[in-house]
Parts: sequence; C-alpha cells; structure tokens
Amino acid sequence: MLKKRNHLTLSLIAIAISFVVASIVMLLSGINPKIFFLSLFRTMTGVNLQAIGKENFFNARYLGEFIQISLPIMLTGLSVGFAFRTGLFNIGAEGQVIIGGVGAVIIGVLFKLPWIIHIPLAILVAALFGAFWGWIPGILKAKFGVSEVVVTIMLNYTALYLGNYLIKALPGSDNQKTVTLASSALLQSDFLRSITGNSRLHWGFIVVILALIIYHFIIEKTTFGYELRAVGFNRDAAEYGGIKVSSRIAYSMAIAGAFAGLAGAMLSLGTFDYGRVIGAFENYGFDGIAVALLGGNTALGVFFSGLLFGGLKSSQSLMQASGIPLEIANIVSALIILFVAMNNGLDYVLDRLEARKRKKNETN
Amino acid sequence: MKLISSIVTLSLIYATPIIITALGGLYSERSGIVNIALEGIMVVGAFVAATFTPLNEAVFGNWTPWIAILLGALAGGLYSLIHAFVSIDLRADQVISGTALNMLSLGITVYFCQIFFNQQRTKTFNRGFVKTNVPLLSDIPIIGDLFFKRMYYTFYVALALVIITAFILKRTRFGLRLRASGEHPSAVDSVGVSVRKMRYIGVLISGLLAGLSGGIMVLTQATQFTAGSIHGIGFISLAALIFGRWNAYGVLGASIFFGFSQIFTIFSKDIPLLASVPAEIFKAVPYVLTIIAMLIFSRKNVGPKASGELYDVSKR
Repeated sequence: MLKKRNHLTLSLIAIAISFVVASIVMLLSGINPKIFFLSLFRTMTGVNLQAIGKENFFNARYLGEFIQISLPIMLTGLSVGFAFRTGLFNIGAEGQVIIGGVGAVIIGVLFKLPWIIHIPLAILVAALFGAFWGWIPGILKAKFGVSEVVVTIMLNYTALYLGNYLIKALPGSDNQKTVTLASSALLQSDFLRSITGNSRLHWGFIVVILALIIYHFIIEKTTFGYELRAVGFNRDAAEYGGIKVSSRIAYSMAIAGAFAGLAGAMLSLGTFDYGRVIGAFENYGFDGIAVALLGGNTALGVFFSGLLFGGLKSSQSLMQASGIPLEIANIVSALIILFVAMNNGLDYVLDRLEARKRKKNETN
Repeated sequence: MKLISSIVTLSLIYATPIIITALGGLYSERSGIVNIALEGIMVVGAFVAATFTPLNEAVFGNWTPWIAILLGALAGGLYSLIHAFVSIDLRADQVISGTALNMLSLGITVYFCQIFFNQQRTKTFNRGFVKTNVPLLSDIPIIGDLFFKRMYYTFYVALALVIITAFILKRTRFGLRLRASGEHPSAVDSVGVSVRKMRYIGVLISGLLAGLSGGIMVLTQATQFTAGSIHGIGFISLAALIFGRWNAYGVLGASIFFGFSQIFTIFSKDIPLLASVPAEIFKAVPYVLTIIAMLIFSRKNVGPKASGELYDVSKR
C-alpha cells in the first residue's frame, strides 16, 4: 500500500506540515502555539522548560503517564500495520480492543489463581478474544469477498454494545463498571508507580516490547510473513505462486485482532483495575491507524510513531490546563494521517514528473 | 394504536438524517469514490448549524433552522472537497482519507466550540425545528396519525430527496454518466466525459447532503452540538446504503428500519415480550444485519464495480 520512496523523509514532512497547520489554526484563534509545544515537550520528557533551574522542573509522573498511554496505541498500531502488510485495512482495531479488554476482565473477575498463571492467562484470553473479533472480517473477506473495511466498521459498533452488555452481565457489576479485578491478574506495580511520581505506568510495557519483537519476527523472518506480504503486494501473483491467499487473509486479520486484543488487556489490567462500561469509542483503534501509517507498518516505525501519538494523547490534560483546547492534539493526529495519505499522492506526482523528465531527455 | 403511531412517527424522525446521509453516500459511491467520511461531514454540518442557530434566533425567528441547515450543507460540501482533492487528485487511499476526515471533524469542531463558547459544546438554542401537524393531511384517519401528526417537515425533505435522487440517477444523462464513472470509468472517458469531474461532483453532493443531514439531526434531536451529537449515524447511513443495495428506494426502506431500531429501546419496556431483552442488543441490530446483508449480496455484485479504485487515465 505504501511505496518505499524514503518513507522516513515523507513521514517527517507530513509531521512538520501538520504542526505548521495546527500552529496556524492556533494563531488564528488567538492562542500562542508556543504553549502547545512546551506542553508536548513537558509531557514527553517530564521537563518543564519554563521552570529550568527551579527546584521541580522535572516531574517523572508525566513521563510515566506518557509511556503508559503509548502502550495500547503501539499495539493497535501493530494490529493495523499487520493487516496493511497483507493488503487489508483493519479499521476494526477499535472493536478488537474492546472485546480483548472484556476477555481480560472476565478472567480477572471469575478466576482466583496465583499471579504467575493468572496474568499470562488474562493476557492470552484478551489476545484470543481480539483474534476472534479480527478473524470474523478476515474469514468473510476470504470466503465471500466481503469488504473488510465495512465489516470491521460494523463490528466496532457491535463490539461497543456487546462489550457493555458482557461487562454488565458479570457478577457484581453495576451500570458503570465491574467489581475490582483480582490483584493476581493485574499488571499494576507499586514499584513502577513509586519511581514515576505516582503515574499509572505498569508492567504492560514488557508485553508491548515482546509484541514489537514478535511482529518484526513474523513479518520479516518467517515464510508465513513472507506469504502475507506477497498477498499484500499482489494477490493474484501470490495465488499463482502457490500461496493459499484466502487462508492467509483470515490468519492475518486474526493476528491483527490479537495485537489489538492485547491493547485491551493493557487498559483493563494496567491502566484500570476494573472493566468499564463505555459510552463511546475511546479512539485507541483509530489512533492505531495513524500510528501504522506514519510508522510505515514496520515494528520500529510503529514504536516511534506510537511514542509521538502517545505524547499527543497524553499531553491533552496539560494543554487544557494551560488554556489550549485539548482537541488541538486530535487535530494534529488527524492532520498527520491526512498528510501521510497525501504523501502517497506526492509520491505519484514525483513519479509522473520523473517520467516526464525522462521523456524530455529521450526526445532531446 | 397510539403506541403504534408514535413508534412510526418517531422512527421516521430518527430515519430522516440516515436517509439523507445515505443518499449522499449513494452519489459518492455511484461516482466511484468510497466516502466513509460521511460521519465526519455530518459532524461539521451539525456544528455549523448548531453554532448559527443560537446566535441568530432573535434575527430570523422561525426561519433560523432552515437557514442553519443550508449553512450546514454548505460547510459539509466544502469539507467534502478535501476528500475529493486528496482521493481524486492526490490519489490517496480513499478509506484513509475518510478516516482522517472523521478524526479531524471532531477535533476541529470541539476546538472551535471552546474558542467560541468557552465550553466543549455549542450554546444551547431555544428551539430548533418544531414538530407540526401537517394541515389537511393530518386529518386523514390512520394515515394522518401515522405520517402527518407531530412530524418535522424535514422528513418530507428527505422523502423528496429520495424521489429526486432516484430520478436523477436512473433517468437523466448526468445520472447515467455518474453511475458509469463508478462502473466503468474508461468507458466514460472514451466518450469525452471527464471522470475526474463526475467524481468531484459525486463527492461534493455527498458532502452537501451529509452536512444538511448533520444540521437536521442536531436541530431535531438535540438542543446543542456536542462531540456525541452524531454518535455513529454517519456509519449507520453507510450501513443503510449497503443494506439498501446502492439504490435510492432501498436506502429509504433500510433507513426507516434502522431509524426504528434506534428508537426501539424507548418502547420495548412497554411491550412485555421484549422488556427483558437488553437495550444493547437492539442497538447492535443495524450493524449485525448489515454484515448479514453483505453476505447475502456478496455473490450478486450489487455495488458499483469500480468504487474505491483509482482511475488512472494513463493506464487506459
């Protein structure tokens, strides 16, 4: 889907233009963009540039929160990226996050186990629930040729309502949330909390690091990953080359769903310690689209762009506190997607220009 | 009887924005451009209409909501041009462009709510559209109760748009060209009609209609604009478009059914058999049905053939 004309350069251009456009929006509405950049910097480093030299210029809490918020976004980025690699568009990460989270909550509420079994089981079930939710559009695409884009959109809403229903149906739940999960299932850590000024940072970062490595390994190092990429490049050629395209499509969506399901586990077992009834989407899946696109669907790219979007997301509270509407962070995220999408067009324009130049040279 | 007539009336009221937006999607998809930004365009239309209304109620009186929805339509049209430019001229992936516009719409509208009104919502308006009994027609027994009492006039606007759309797409030269751009663009090109122009028009009309519909939705179902004003109705419209098999009258039927499933939870409490079914199940109905419908249609190729594909003149 994305061409390989120096993706990094094009991405950096997209980020730069997005920040410029957002700054213009801020200037036009009478807000100093400097505050925006200071807030973003402070969120991502913990350093308050305006208080350098003073006693409390560094606050580790910002850093902890920033990493904590980036974790699920990196996982949804991997989810969308994995599907992209097979030429599929997984808009359904949003729903897969919800269903995966419900899976983790079920294990956390219903079981009493030693932590060494309980945590891995809850995480595994979250991945399996997410994988199932991703497999549905995959198998429908593979067997019936139904557009995965529309099916995943529909499944997002189905997941929203089904998830709320299941959360409410668990023993002890009220209309807002479940009971507190068994502490043996939680990723939360007093140690991580204490070194980051009481942030919500949790052990989930280990899961994310493993997921990044597994993603890289499957896509780049295995025959299976090679087949997936072949399907993504050219479905017909892959079929001709003896690859079972339809089964690869179903697998790819299921694995994509598993990554998103893990993001659900991060939220249910790490950020919170209970299952929540949610009134609307929380945009983890949609952020994942941005992360995957900007990161060029590679593990390393997803890591860095996950940090950028995590920073934007977690800087919102600070921005609101400094008098900038927090939506500016969403505006920047959306602009980045738009400009990355345009970059593909830019790539095309550059191709055309080069072709024209070559023609000119030939006629001369 | 009273229960049935209020179910029908309310279904039609809730179906109104779905019908209009789905018709918008019909123009766009028929021209060959997938437009999943319908949701975001509705948000923009709703924001503009809901911002205009409280500030101008005193000036324009009863005409305010009508002017507001026209401005909403205009804003939606302008906003959709971004999608047209990015996906037609810059050849970006249409689904990605649509996703970006959906995200951008919520960011930009709530941002300007904060700038204009210092809160995350617009100022409440005194009144949007008012439910009316249609003179004469509402006196007809039964039919009057069902379709013409306590209705918003905007429903009849939607109905008219269905008829006009069906006529334009099936019976006019423009409609034929638009449909051909989505089925077989190179054929359109070969007779000297610009595919690019037809697709621009298709997307623009979808933006105008989705913007109009967003305005209508906020002025009939709310008292102000918030981030939750549209809450997925743009995607339900996309579902209605597919469930209605890319056809204006099909869209009408599907939209009314989805409107019904929106309001059903209000009434299910009064119906003994259904009172025990949780509200979430009814809310999920339109989405699940759409997936099932897609499965049933999957062998029949009912959608526009070239929809979502780039048209590259140089590859003809």
